[in-house]
Amino acid sequence: MKPSAFTYHAPQTLAEALDLIATLDNARVLAGGQSLLPMMNYRVVQPEHLIDLGRIPELSFVEAQDEGLVIGAMTPQRAIERSAMVQKNCPLLIDALFHVGHQQTRNRGTIGGSLCHLDPSAELPVTACALDAVLTAASKTGRRKIAFADFPAGYLTSSLAPNEILLQMEFEKWPQHAGSAFEEYAIRPADFAIVSVAAVVVISEDDIISDARLAAGGIAPVPARLTSVEALLKGERASAALIERAAAAAAALPAEGDEMNPAEYRQELAGHLTQRALARAIERARAGVHA
Amino acid sequence: MSTHEITITVNGKTHRREVDSRLHLADFLRQELNLTGTHVGCEHGVCGACTVLIDGATARACLMLAVQADGRRVETVESLAAPDGTLHPIQAALSRHHGLQCGYCTPGVVMTLVELQRDCGEGPLSEAEIRRALSGNLCRCTGYQGMVEAALEVLPGLHTKA
Repeated sequence: MKPSAFTYHAPQTLAEALDLIATLDNARVLAGGQSLLPMMNYRVVQPEHLIDLGRIPELSFVEAQDEGLVIGAMTPQRAIERSAMVQKNCPLLIDALFHVGHQQTRNRGTIGGSLCHLDPSAELPVTACALDAVLTAASKTGRRKIAFADFPAGYLTSSLAPNEILLQMEFEKWPQHAGSAFEEYAIRPADFAIVSVAAVVVISEDDIISDARLAAGGIAPVPARLTSVEALLKGERASAALIERAAAAAAALPAEGDEMNPAEYRQELAGHLTQRALARAIERARAGVHA
Repeated sequence: MSTHEITITVNGKTHRREVDSRLHLADFLRQELNLTGTHVGCEHGVCGACTVLIDGATARACLMLAVQADGRRVETVESLAAPDGTLHPIQAALSRHHGLQCGYCTPGVVMTLVELQRDCGEGPLSEAEIRRALSGNLCRCTGYQGMVEAALEVLPGLHTKA
């Protein structure tokens, strides 16, 4: 189908974009368009104004700063998956991007667009949740930082104000002996995931897990941090038995299901995927320790 | 509704047109430029029939507005065969290996494989990499085996000769 009529705006600067979003009614921001344009073609979304951020070069970048990795909201997913800087500083993003859409959509889809769209089956929001990403949003009146935990407001809804635009996100630097992994289950590779799990662990030289972060997609309308499972892991010696206990705890967490994939099925997947993600993250962390 | 004057280079030729904001690139190519090799399948980014190259990278032409392509370089399936009709090696291999039947998805498949060929770096590509790239193009006829065989035959060979 074709989208309903709208007025297209292509600001060349951030200031111009912020002016537009502050003044136009029923406006949507266009990032890579790989979710918004299908929704417009379906007429699920019918904005009167479309503000395309694609002509603002300053929103697309990857930078390693002292505190961590900073990525511009309009950076294409494909650029991130090919970035040596991301591979070095935040390999979990690359693990997650392996599952995101197809090459044809990753060429245009952006990291900021995916975070703002907040599809419950999307990989990047789950990754940002696990990594406690810090987002920076701008409006005409200034900028503010938003912890990812406070970013989702509900299903497909961020907590950005109507006059705000997402600028960038920061991922903190992890110690060398950290390991991470992203696992998901979809009917076919590259389909929408039914459940996904992101894991990060930090392991000391005596194989004790000093820090653990786990997040899951597909069990709730927004990405979920598995804090009770993290608590079970911290301070414990890494072992197959510990991973099994963590997986059982993840499978016992409440989940929301639908006709296709009921809650019990999603819980079972959450358990298996937690097991796989943790095992791989621990293996990678150990490789870092002994490197 | 807004209209915009755009300048797009398609298959090496520069076109200037006035377009409606809501016209997507696939319809622009087919209806404004009569380049009907780019097929429109699902119009929501799932099937990949409308895959074209934008500045050398594949994209769904139904998920890009014509106005977004202003100033960009677009390549479609029409750019591949020689003027005398000699097929591009990827097209010839698909034909040889029965990598198409009804042909509806084929232009998208070909453009995906062209990108893979250009990107394959030190190559050669594994079958898994080829299958992963083709996962973005739905084909209901062939079962993909012929496409994979065509790609396996032609991609690394082309690369080493290039």
